[in-house]
Amino acid sequence: MSVLNVEQAGSGPVRQAGSVNEAPSGTKGRPVPERLVRVGFIPLVDMAILVAAAEQGFARREGLRLQLVKDVSWSNIRDRLAFRQFDVAHMLSPMPIASQLHLGSNPYPCFTPFALGRGGNAITLSVDLYREMQAAAGLDGSEDALTNGLALKKVVERRRESGRKPLVFAMTYPFSSHNYEFRFWLAAAGINPDADVTMTVVPPPLTVDAMTARAIDGFCVNAPWNMIAVEKGVGRMVATKADIWPSAPEKVLGVSPEWAEENPETLSRLVVALDAAARWCDDRQNHGDLADMMAHPAHVGVPSEMIRRLLSGRLTVDPNGRTRQVENYMTFHDRSANFPWLSQALWIYSQMVRWGQVAYGELGLARVRAAYRPEMYRQILGHTSASIPAGDSRIEGVETESFIDGRRFSPDDIPAYVAGFDIRKDLGSGVAH
Amino acid sequence: MRSESFQDLTRDTHTGQRPLRVAIIEENSIRAAILLDGLREAGILDVEVIDTMTNMLRRLSTVDPDVIIIGIENPSRDVLEQMFQVSKLVSRPVAMFVDRSDGSMIQAAVEAGVSAYVVDGLRKERVKPIVDMAVSRFNAFDRLQRELLEARSELASRKVIERAKGILMRTRQLSEQEAYGLLRQTAMNEKRKLVDIAQSVVTAASLLEK
Repeated sequence: MSVLNVEQAGSGPVRQAGSVNEAPSGTKGRPVPERLVRVGFIPLVDMAILVAAAEQGFARREGLRLQLVKDVSWSNIRDRLAFRQFDVAHMLSPMPIASQLHLGSNPYPCFTPFALGRGGNAITLSVDLYREMQAAAGLDGSEDALTNGLALKKVVERRRESGRKPLVFAMTYPFSSHNYEFRFWLAAAGINPDADVTMTVVPPPLTVDAMTARAIDGFCVNAPWNMIAVEKGVGRMVATKADIWPSAPEKVLGVSPEWAEENPETLSRLVVALDAAARWCDDRQNHGDLADMMAHPAHVGVPSEMIRRLLSGRLTVDPNGRTRQVENYMTFHDRSANFPWLSQALWIYSQMVRWGQVAYGELGLARVRAAYRPEMYRQILGHTSASIPAGDSRIEGVETESFIDGRRFSPDDIPAYVAGFDIRKDLGSGVAH
Repeated sequence: MRSESFQDLTRDTHTGQRPLRVAIIEENSIRAAILLDGLREAGILDVEVIDTMTNMLRRLSTVDPDVIIIGIENPSRDVLEQMFQVSKLVSRPVAMFVDRSDGSMIQAAVEAGVSAYVVDGLRKERVKPIVDMAVSRFNAFDRLQRELLEARSELASRKVIERAKGILMRTRQLSEQEAYGLLRQTAMNEKRKLVDIAQSVVTAASLLEK
C-alpha cells in the first residue's frame, strides 16, 4: 500500500502549534495546531482539487495537513472509509447515494457536502469497431456523439443479423457516472445496454490493456485513460461527458459521517480549503503547475504534457491524429461545479431506478437527500462566495446544459421521467440491487 | 484479534456439508504462496488460486468458494463487486488485507458489514483466523440484515393496520377498539392475516376516494 504524504516540501513532517503563519478563516490571529486529514483517492485527473489543496497551501492556510493516500479500487475507497483509514475520500458521484440506499456490498453510509467538479469522462470504442461504424454509416470523423451512437446501433444490428457475439462494453463500477452515462448514450441511440450488448466492469488502469487484448470493444472512464487508448492506437473517442450531459457531477468529496460528527470544524476548514483550491484549478494560468503536480507518480503518474492537454480540453480523438476542442471538458469551480445539487443526486437516483438497481419509493428519496448535503455547503461557504445557487434543486438539462436526448429532468416527478424513456428495465421487475 | 476464539468457526460454513473451500484472487505469486501455506497449515486444503483477471468471474462461479480472499491492492476488487451485483448467489465473505488497524476500526468495519481484514500485512499464521473471522462476520451480518428486513416489514404492517383502523373509525363511526375488533374478527372469519384485511380496507378506501 502506498501511503504518501504529499504535503508541500519544506513544511516538515510535524508542525508545532503556532507555526501556522497565515491565520485560518474565522480564527484570525489565533494560531491553531495542524490537523491531519486522511484523504483516499484513485489516480485520475479529476482529483485535481485535492492535489491543489494539499500542494498549493490552501489546506495549510486552514490549519490542515492533507495526507493523500492512493488506492486502486472504488470498493477499497468505500471500505477504507468505513475502516476509518480515511477520513474523507475522492468518490464517484453516485457512491454516497448508493451507500445511503444500501446498494452494493458493505454499504457504508457516507455523504457529500462538496462536489469535486464536472467532466473528464469519455466513451472510447476500439478502432476496429469504429471502422465498422464508418463503413456502416459513412462517418467522416467529424460527427457528434449522437450520430456516432446511431452508427453504433447500425453495427449492433448488423452483428445480430449475422449471428456475431454481442459487443462487450466496460465501465469502472456499477454505481458510477460512467455506467449511467454509457447507458444513457447507448439508449439515446436506441441501443438497449442490457439486451443488445454486454456491460462489464474493468478497473480504469486495465481498460487500455483490455481493449488491446480485444477483451472489450469499448469503455467509459475518466481522464487520462481515453486519451491513452487513442495515443496507443487502439481506441477512438466517440463521446464525452459534456456531450451526454454537461452538468453531471463527476467526482465528489465522500465524508465519513462518524468523522464529520467528531470533527465538524475540521470538515468546515477542509471545505473552505477545497473551495479555494477549486478556484485555483479553474484558472488557466495555473494549469502548467497543476499538470506538473498531477504528473507526479504519487498522484496520477502520466506525463505532465498530456494532463495539460486534458485540462485545456484539446483531445486527440482518433489515432490518425484528429483532435477536438471540447469546451468545459473539465470544470473545477465555475458554474457551481462544487455545489452538491439535490436535483443531480435525484437524477442519479432516476438512473438507478431506470436500470433496475433499486425500486423507486419515498424511503429511497429520503435516503438520497441524506447523501447530498447542499445545506452544509451553504453553511460553510455562505459568507465567502457570491456564486452560491438560490435553491438546492433545479430543472436539469436546460439551455446549454441539455442532455443528449433533449429531455429535461424535473426532480419532482421521477417516475414520469423514468417512464418516459423508451429503453429501460421493466419497472415491475426492479430488483433491490 | 486473537485467533483462539475463532478456531472452530470454519466448520460452520453456509454449506455445512463439504470442507471449507477458499478462492484466493492474487496476481502476485509470492503473496499467493504465503496464503496457500497458511491455509494448508490450518488444515484448509480445498484452495483455488485465481491469478489473472481474465475469466475471473467464470472461474469463481465454477469454484463456488465459501470464502474469497483478495489483496486490497488488487484493482479487480471492483470486478468482484460487480459480480456480486449481477448474481446474488455468489455473495460470499470476502477477506481483505489492510496494513494497519485498531480496535475502533474493527468495530467500524464490522458495523459496515465488511467481512474481515488483516492487521500487520500478510503472514501465513494469520490466514486461518482471517478466514474464520470472514465467515463468522459474514454470517453475523447476514443474520442482522435478515432481522432488519423482518423488523421493517413488521413496521410496515403496523402502519397499514393503523391506517385501516383510522378509515373504519372515520367511515363507520367506531371507536379505535371497535375498529380493531372488526378487523380481527374479519380476519378470523376469512382465515386471513390481519395485515391483509387491513391492506384490503386501505386499498378499497383509496379506490372509493375521489
